[in-house]
Amino acid sequence: MTLVTERPDSAKTVRETPKRRRGRRQRSTGQELPFGVRLRRDWQMLVLMVPGVLFLLVFFYVPVLGNVVAFQDFQPYLGIMHSEWNGVQNFINLYANPDFWDALRNTLVLAFVQLVLFFPVPLAMALIVDSLVSNRTRRAFQTIAYLPHFLSWVLVIALFQQSLGGAGFVNNLLRQAGLDPIPFMTNPDTFPLLVVAQLVWKDAGWAMIIFLAALSAVDVSLYEAAAADGAGRWRRLWHITLPSMRTVIVLLLILRIGDVLSVGFEQFILQRDSVGPGAAEVLDTFTYYAGVVGGDWSSGAAAGLAKGVVGALLLWGANSIAHRLGEPGIFQKRGQS
Amino acid sequence: MRPIWKERPSPAYQTIKAVVLGGFALAIIIPIMVVVSTSLASDQDIISAGGYVLWPSHPTVKAYETLFSGGLMGRAIMVSVFVTVVGTAIALATTIALAYATSRPVLFGRPVLLLVLFTLLFAPGIIPMFLIVKQLGLIDSLWSLILPGALGAFNFVVMRTFFMNVPQEILESARIDGASDFTILRRIVMPLSKAVIAVVGLFYAVGFWNAFFNALLYLNDTAKWPVQVILRTYVLQGKSLSADQLGVAPPPQPQSLQMAVVVVALVPIAMVYPFLQRHFNKGVITGAVKG
Repeated sequence: MTLVTERPDSAKTVRETPKRRRGRRQRSTGQELPFGVRLRRDWQMLVLMVPGVLFLLVFFYVPVLGNVVAFQDFQPYLGIMHSEWNGVQNFINLYANPDFWDALRNTLVLAFVQLVLFFPVPLAMALIVDSLVSNRTRRAFQTIAYLPHFLSWVLVIALFQQSLGGAGFVNNLLRQAGLDPIPFMTNPDTFPLLVVAQLVWKDAGWAMIIFLAALSAVDVSLYEAAAADGAGRWRRLWHITLPSMRTVIVLLLILRIGDVLSVGFEQFILQRDSVGPGAAEVLDTFTYYAGVVGGDWSSGAAAGLAKGVVGALLLWGANSIAHRLGEPGIFQKRGQS
Repeated sequence: MRPIWKERPSPAYQTIKAVVLGGFALAIIIPIMVVVSTSLASDQDIISAGGYVLWPSHPTVKAYETLFSGGLMGRAIMVSVFVTVVGTAIALATTIALAYATSRPVLFGRPVLLLVLFTLLFAPGIIPMFLIVKQLGLIDSLWSLILPGALGAFNFVVMRTFFMNVPQEILESARIDGASDFTILRRIVMPLSKAVIAVVGLFYAVGFWNAFFNALLYLNDTAKWPVQVILRTYVLQGKSLSADQLGVAPPPQPQSLQMAVVVVALVPIAMVYPFLQRHFNKGVITGAVKG
């Protein structure tokens, strides 16, 4: 979720009003101060930046550059510096690899199903919760609904397995009632639906938060006026609530699209054994099994790089479409859940 | 109170609402309750109920005794607690320092901020991450679970937004009184930001406790496995806990033993959840989301 966008007209400009009385070391926009003066003034701030910047370099920017192994015939004992370059050979190999196409197809199918089936759920639920008059009911529901977001995927899958698995209690009840058990957890054909069900169980409640915040910001006098003019519940929903939430909905949709190829990695790696790679192999698990498990580092890295680049392009594309439609979008900044 | 313009919903509409929300809530509560109950149920409870118990009529902690007698689980909990505590402390320190330093117009503030925000756009990928962790010699070290998570961009953004809203007048007057940036952070900004520090800290803690894939990727040594990996191995992959690790006879019903593992992973989250939950509606999180 998330997204903090920072507007150029925000607090910062206010802070720098020149009229304000200045202390000895008042910070200004700084262009007029020489570098040495600013360095002496800000050295403590720079010290505070060191651990964070170090982290970013070591665990983000160096690995990003490490993606060059996608263009190498990488051998662990030779290392990045001494492995042979082989151009786009790894991508050509991927192109010829049916497993990669399976993974790509699964990723796109699952991403699409998630987008269509998951996205509306928290929105609908938020609308219902917002319409509750009793604050106590509302709070009780929110308390329960937010909880699963904080459970790990391992735990969520374990709970699903104990509930819907072959020996789980739902199938136990079916057997006791003399019915055939249903293989919810192992049927590759219904796997996309299972994945969405798990996602709804875990995150729909949490995803509701932002919609609820947007709903509480809708001007109540609009509802009052519309009701006085005779608009019923559905007309108020259509003409007031949804238009007021348009920006937030578009924003979340963009984020979702940018994240679409990451479809929930742990969820798949945990269920790949029980459903089989035919249905549960996605680009991320392909990368892991080909690269880390199979030792084909370069193919794995190539698949991972392709995914990262396409994901960033999707995000950028969705954002520009939103801009065209006159929505603020997310500028260049976005977050994760 | 129902606003005067809002019509009373029809019984049918009210029923639908109750069914949707009630059904969702039950779908969350029942599995958790069954798991907790079964972990506490005695053998005859489980056998007579055919595997799962909704409410243990003869509660017993035998499953937990067996679980902890083997040493494997105890060690896993120590590992998870270590990673969670040390990881949260390091991550909070890094995040507070960086968020404060970039929340003011200082030298290099802008480019450093962009460095962080770019990480939101793109992920380095599994293979390069593995290679760098290996290069640093962290494979099979618990630091491989801690250091790569030492800064979360989302948490950074929440924290920074909060720091930016600390009134400038307070900081200015402190500066006139001769306070350095360190002093201002320690004596003014941090005390004013306790709420956001608590929430971000809890988010980090939950993240470290729940981390599963990093352990799978970086740790080969079973003695260093955290709770989540144990959970996966013994519950999802169905490998027997009693046979290869515990060696206690006679073990309780495997059902309740498995459930006990699930509960062990669940309890810490259930304990911090009320503290987290208190802040949700106060807008600490959503405050960062103003588009």
